[in-house]
Amino acid sequence: MAELDAGSAAGPRRPRPLSPHLQIYRPMLTTMMSIVHRITGAALYFGMLLIAWWLIAAASGPNAYAYVEWFMGSWIGRLVLFGYTWALLHHMLGGIRHLIWDLGSGFEPAEREFLTLATIVGSISLTFIVFVVGYLAMGGPR
Amino acid sequence: MLTAARRVRGLGAAHSGTATFWHQRITSVAGVPLTLAAVIIVIALLGRSHAAVVQILGSPLVAILMLLFIVNTAYHMWIGMQEIILDYVHEEKLKLLSLMANTFFVFAVGFAAAYAILKLSFGV
Repeated sequence: MAELDAGSAAGPRRPRPLSPHLQIYRPMLTTMMSIVHRITGAALYFGMLLIAWWLIAAASGPNAYAYVEWFMGSWIGRLVLFGYTWALLHHMLGGIRHLIWDLGSGFEPAEREFLTLATIVGSISLTFIVFVVGYLAMGGPR
Repeated sequence: MLTAARRVRGLGAAHSGTATFWHQRITSVAGVPLTLAAVIIVIALLGRSHAAVVQILGSPLVAILMLLFIVNTAYHMWIGMQEIILDYVHEEKLKLLSLMANTFFVFAVGFAAAYAILKLSFGV
């Protein structure tokens, strides 16, 4: 203790040792999905603007709503909606996986790989289902 | 020097213990059915006229589900973005500004969306 105190009081401080960061580890599916969970969360944060815009337009009147409908119907709007839907469903399934882990289950190698793979396969499948159902609800592609 | 008991009484660096962690879990559990409800509502409204959308979004059950979805999601994303900021932004002034901007953004977007639903519900 005495040595530590003397060291911090006099002379330039030595940089503290750092533990190795992400780049020294082999990338694994669980790692990648953990990163994707955070990225989709951040994207959904700003995607909330779209929901707010849609609701405000509906509350504002037919003209404002027609503008939102026009944007969402354009190719860029559909691309954004597709990405938003996938991010939402992926973050939701990833969240369920984290809740399972929070309860202390699913930590065996095969279990965690399965859960992680199920997140990505599930989110892509669900996104396509949502879009097919959405197109049918609109009365087919136009 | 902090004894173990003293550290526990102070509830850690944030002085709130694991409250934020727990709130993020509560909002994530609530978020699953609420998100599914919101997705179903959006699909059901696709391609409908403005008048129909206004009527459906303003009906009590749909409006309550959408309000719960927005309030729950707003709190969840406030905690999430705060965690991201605390992980990556280390410069003190920038960190405080980012944390403030997070709060402003969440309140602005959340209240705007909630106001729109209330206006559709009460038709003012």
